[in-house]
Amino acid sequence: MGAGAKEGWVSVGQRDEERGTGVLLQVNGRERWVPTGTTVGDLLAELDLVAALVVVERNREILQRDLYGRTTLAEGDALELVHFVGGGTDS
Amino acid sequence: MGHEEIERYSRHLIMPEVGMTGQRRLKNASVLMIGAGGLGSPLGLYLAAAGVGKIGIVDFDVVDTTNLQRQVLHGTKDVGRPKIESAAERLNDVNPHVEIVPHEVRLTSENALDVIRPYDVVVDGTDNFPTRYLTNDACVLLGKPNVYGSIFRFEGQVSVFDARHGPCYRCLFREPPPPGMVPSCAEGGVLGVLPGIIGALQALETIKLIIGRGEPLIGRLLLFDALAIEWRTLKLRKNPECPVCGTNPTVTELIDYLEFCGVPSYEEGAAEDHADVPTISAKELHERLERGDTIRVVDVREPHEWEIVNLAVYGADLIPLDTLLERLPELDSAEEIVFYCQTGARSAKALKQLRDAGFRKVWNLRGGIRAWQKEVDPSLPRY
Repeated sequence: MGAGAKEGWVSVGQRDEERGTGVLLQVNGRERWVPTGTTVGDLLAELDLVAALVVVERNREILQRDLYGRTTLAEGDALELVHFVGGGTDS
Repeated sequence: MGHEEIERYSRHLIMPEVGMTGQRRLKNASVLMIGAGGLGSPLGLYLAAAGVGKIGIVDFDVVDTTNLQRQVLHGTKDVGRPKIESAAERLNDVNPHVEIVPHEVRLTSENALDVIRPYDVVVDGTDNFPTRYLTNDACVLLGKPNVYGSIFRFEGQVSVFDARHGPCYRCLFREPPPPGMVPSCAEGGVLGVLPGIIGALQALETIKLIIGRGEPLIGRLLLFDALAIEWRTLKLRKNPECPVCGTNPTVTELIDYLEFCGVPSYEEGAAEDHADVPTISAKELHERLERGDTIRVVDVREPHEWEIVNLAVYGADLIPLDTLLERLPELDSAEEIVFYCQTGARSAKALKQLRDAGFRKVWNLRGGIRAWQKEVDPSLPRY
C-alpha cells in the first residue's frame, strides 16, 4: 500500500501548462497528471512498481494484470494501487 | 454470567450497544486465531479481555528473542517455549472465564477444514502467502468470516472477508505474487507497534461481528501508513469471476497451496537454499582466513545492517547488492571472493550476478553472518 506516493513526473502544479496534452487522474486519492496515451503499465513503471506485486483498481474495478499494457488512462480515472503484504510475523 | 463477570465487563455492559445481550454473545462466541505472533498478540489479549468465550489458537512456533520487540503476548521468560503454551498461560491470566483451545499444528489443506469448522469467526494473522490463501479458501468453503490483517515495515492492511456478504481475499489478490518477491517481516523488518495497531483493529472487527453492531469492514480494505499517519479505505467488490467465491468457482476444495504460491515444501525449503551456487561454510571460511589465505570477503547487505554486525576484522568490505554491478570494477576475478549477507539469500543473488559477469572463483557464505555467529563466533550479536 502507499504505492504511488512518490512525487515527480507531471505534478499538480504544472496542471495549467499541461492542460490539453495530459489527463488528470486520482491515484491513491491524490491528483496526478499523466501524458495523454499513458497506459496503466506505463504508470506503474513510472512509479517504480512491479506489476506482479500490485493490484490495480481502476474506477472500482480490479484490473486484470494482463490488461495493464493495453489499458489507456482516461481523464478522471480513479486508481488505487495496493501492494501485496505478506506478514503477520512468525505465526 | 456470575457477579465477578458482570463486574469485570461493566464498562461494556453500561453501553447500550453492547449491554448484557452483546456480552452474552461474546461469551457464547468462538474465535480461531491463525498465528500467535505479532498480530495475534494484541488480538488474543483483547479478545480474552473482552470475554470471548472460546479462543482457538493455531501455532506451532517457539518464542524467539527476536519476537519480543512486537509479540507482546510473550515475555522474556518464555523464550524457547512453544508460543501456544505461552499464549494460553497469558490469556488465561487475563481472563480465566475464557476457554483457550490450542491447535499446535501447521494449518494444511488436510486439517484446515476440521480445525476451522467449529469456530464462528476466523482471524488471519499469518506471515506467509500459502497459509493466507489456504485460510481464505477454507473460510469461503465453510462460510466463515475471515478477519484479515497484514503488516510490513510501516504499512498495514485490514479487512473482513466474508464471501456470503462480500468479496474474499482472492477477489482482491487473485493470484499470489511471484515467490520470493514480497519479503517477510523477518527479511524486511516491521516497526514493533504496527502489529499492535493492526491486530487491535482485527480484534475490534471481530468483536463487532460478534455483537452485530456498527459497520464491519466487509467490502472495504483499510490501509494504514504509519510514517505518514494516513488511512485510506478502498471499496472492494465481489469479483463474479473469483475462482473460489465467484459464480462459477474453479476451486471447490482445498488445493496444494505451496505449489499454488510457487514455494518449495516446508521440508525442502531449508535444503533448497540456492543450491545452484557454490557455497562455503562459516567454519571452513574461518579456518581458511585464520590460515592466512587471501580471500576477498564482501558484505552485500545494507549500510544499516553493517552497523549492527560485520566481518570487517577479516577485511570484509561493504558493497550493497543493488550497487554491485556498478562497483564491479572494484573486484578482481583472479581473486577468491566470498559473499555474505544476513542469511545467504541476497549473497546468492550477488554470486549469480558475478558469475554472469565472468567471475569463477566466487563462493556464497552458507547461512550468512547468522551462521558465522552460530558456528564461529557466538559473541557476535544475532539479528
